[in-house]
Amino acid sequence: MKRFAIAALLTTLAAAPALADSAGPAPKPAARGAAAISGFMAHFPFEGGQAVYEGVCQGCHMPGAVGAVGAGAYPALAKDENLETGAYPVLLILKGQKAMPGFSMQLDDKQIADVVNYVRTHFGNHYSDKVSVDDVKAMR
Amino acid sequence: MTDRNDAPSRRSLLSMIGVVAGSAAMYHAMTELGFAGESTFTGPPKLGAPPPGTSVLVLGAGIAGMVAAMELRDAGYKVQVLEYNGRAGGRNWSLYGGDTYTELGGFTQKVGFDPGQYINPGPWRLPYHHQGILHYVNRLNVALEPFTQVNYNAYVHSTTAFGGKPVRYREVQADFYGHVSELLSKSTKQGALDQAVSKQDQEILLAALKNWGALDGDYKYATGLEAGERRGYVKDPGGGLNSMPIAGKAIALPELLQSGLWTAIGAGLAYDMQSAIFQPKGGMGMIGKAFGKALEPLIQYSCKVVDIHQDEKGVTATYIDSEKGGTRKTATADWCVCTIPASVLSQIPMNVGAPMKAAINQLPYMAATKVGLQMKRRFWEEDDQIYGGQSYTDQPNTMIGYPMWDYFSKGKGVLLGAYNFGTPAFIAAAKPPEERIKDALEYGSKIHPQYKDEFECGVAVAWHRVPWTLGCAGFWTEESRAAHYDDLCAIDGRIVLAGEHASRIPAWQEGAVTSAVDAITRLHKKVMS
Ligand SMILES: Cc1cc2nc3c(=O)[nH]c(=O)nc-3n(C[C@H](O)[C@H](O)[C@H](O)COP(=O)(O)OP(=O)(O)OC[C@H]3O[C@@H](n4cnc5c(N)ncnc54)[C@H](O)[C@@H]3O)c2cc1C
Ligand code: HEC
Repeated sequence: MKRFAIAALLTTLAAAPALADSAGPAPKPAARGAAAISGFMAHFPFEGGQAVYEGVCQGCHMPGAVGAVGAGAYPALAKDENLETGAYPVLLILKGQKAMPGFSMQLDDKQIADVVNYVRTHFGNHYSDKVSVDDVKAMR
Repeated sequence: MTDRNDAPSRRSLLSMIGVVAGSAAMYHAMTELGFAGESTFTGPPKLGAPPPGTSVLVLGAGIAGMVAAMELRDAGYKVQVLEYNGRAGGRNWSLYGGDTYTELGGFTQKVGFDPGQYINPGPWRLPYHHQGILHYVNRLNVALEPFTQVNYNAYVHSTTAFGGKPVRYREVQADFYGHVSELLSKSTKQGALDQAVSKQDQEILLAALKNWGALDGDYKYATGLEAGERRGYVKDPGGGLNSMPIAGKAIALPELLQSGLWTAIGAGLAYDMQSAIFQPKGGMGMIGKAFGKALEPLIQYSCKVVDIHQDEKGVTATYIDSEKGGTRKTATADWCVCTIPASVLSQIPMNVGAPMKAAINQLPYMAATKVGLQMKRRFWEEDDQIYGGQSYTDQPNTMIGYPMWDYFSKGKGVLLGAYNFGTPAFIAAAKPPEERIKDALEYGSKIHPQYKDEFECGVAVAWHRVPWTLGCAGFWTEESRAAHYDDLCAIDGRIVLAGEHASRIPAWQEGAVTSAVDAITRLHKKVMS
């Protein structure tokens, strides 16, 4: 698992040095505090569905999950009938889709289950069946 | 790794250096994987005249679109460009005092900088070997000035090393080279390299190591004036009485390795980061502006393309007014060069074949954030003797960039207060712009306590919130390139894609230029066949 994550990180980092200046974060297992989230593929330090939503998802889907429209668009997740099947958002978060990047390396199973359960029961969505940590694990 | 409290054994030290050397090699490999770096540009395309009246519709007036439009026009094509923004340049863009920028979500920032102050939210440097973009810079008479990549007197900083105190780049580099060459000299003398290096070459190697690491006569990296010539002094030599220099104390190897600061001293090693590097005087956006002017009657602004359709006769783009929406209008031509970023294009109906569709739909865009901070005085110059270049930190802002113009001027200056990718950039994008600025101030003040007194105003651009790119640049992997890259670039009927995303120099303007040149060269061939 660890090894896979590292190998994956190396290939995905490939594009970054085009802009980044150094060879990337030091292999410091003990990175603490602010430094812990500085890495290109660092783990998102959020706990609970709401915190993950507000710390990550709302960058695109916006506060209140209302979405946004410019030349391109981010879909609203408020009152979203596509959320009826819990597996759909899980799959999107793991693998990405079009302009939505996948987050399988930066979010763990619990964070993904939590944020999916949060979005499916907030913002005018009322899907009370829960996605479990094992459901997420099985879809990786 | 080694236990922090014990002095590491020679063996564990060597294995750590192996990690370091390995990471350099890995970096090299990554560089090779991600982008060839070397531009294929050998001069502007020589297309020759098309059949009279042949028309091309160019979608997007970024660097790729405008290179295509200019060369096609010059060759004799009838060219029309549709652009979403009210300006030319796309990601080639600078923000000046008085500008207003509204990101997705409606967050509006009015840039409060003084006249002459600016920030480049996107591209900011042009390596000397990017001869394609430099060709157009010269053709458009855009003035260049030097961009400093490595500043030996800037800081490298870790929150967990040296009590969170920043260290000068030159000290870390000199000490790292010094310690490593001392170790290697020792191994050489002890015969550890006998298998790999002949006796005769060992003599040369020792001389080289002594030179490279500033070692003393005993092949030791000692605290002394030899080292001072590299790492600087506590007190510099001077004239007259009391002019003796005082050497500083080198950082011990275990401390240096564990600090992680050695990651920052590769800043200028990559091919794309090697001197000479340039920046346009007055902001990167000068290129886009000059391009727009040169193509004046051809570009139609504030046109949001919402549909692209081709048939046997031609290509039709349907568009609406970017701000007002309203009635759908159409533009038609025989051929189409589409430079709309794949992130946006994946949402626009377009009748191309499955392979190109799949290629467009599989390309996510990277996260990146930049924050510009106007300071009342240039304290980094006045107090810290830092003139241009960057300081690096392990905090989420990852670096501080110093303005590389108007050195020694008495007035204000704009710092690049944050420039990050990946996780910290995603997190920044999820915050409102004011908070991104607040964070950048908080992190930066750990390196420059002067921030607190000198800050005036700032602007923050998170690239996933940029309405017309939905991200910084296409995020290719080795696997996705193998599966989709050729399909993205291949001409589909009457449509060819171009742009940074259709290049092997991603996230560089050179990629946009070389992609455009290649696309129109192939398109012209098809027109003529
Ligand atoms: C943070 C950052 C740092 C960078 N650093 C550097 C650097 O230092 N040096 C360097 O050379 N490069 C750098 N780059 C990369 C460089 O900016 C890009 O590679 C280049 O500008 C891309 O040009 P393009 O023409 O392919 O795309 P763009 O410039 O994005 O042009 C596409 C155009 O299409 C328009 N458009 C989008 N949707 C529509 C629509 N529906 N209808 C009509 N028009 C539409 C857009 O408004 C835009 O003008 C950086 C980029 C970023 C984001
Ligand atoms: C970088 C921007 C970005 C981020 C961050 C992001 N998304 Fe998305 N998301 C998108 C885009 C773009 C789409 C539309 C994809 C498409 O065109 O199919 C999307 C689509 C979705 C959809 C499908 C909506 C529908 O109605 O079909 C869901 C669910 C979703 N995102 C959930 C999330 C969650 C949960 C997070 C946080 C973990 C998240 N997204 C983070 C950009 C983003």
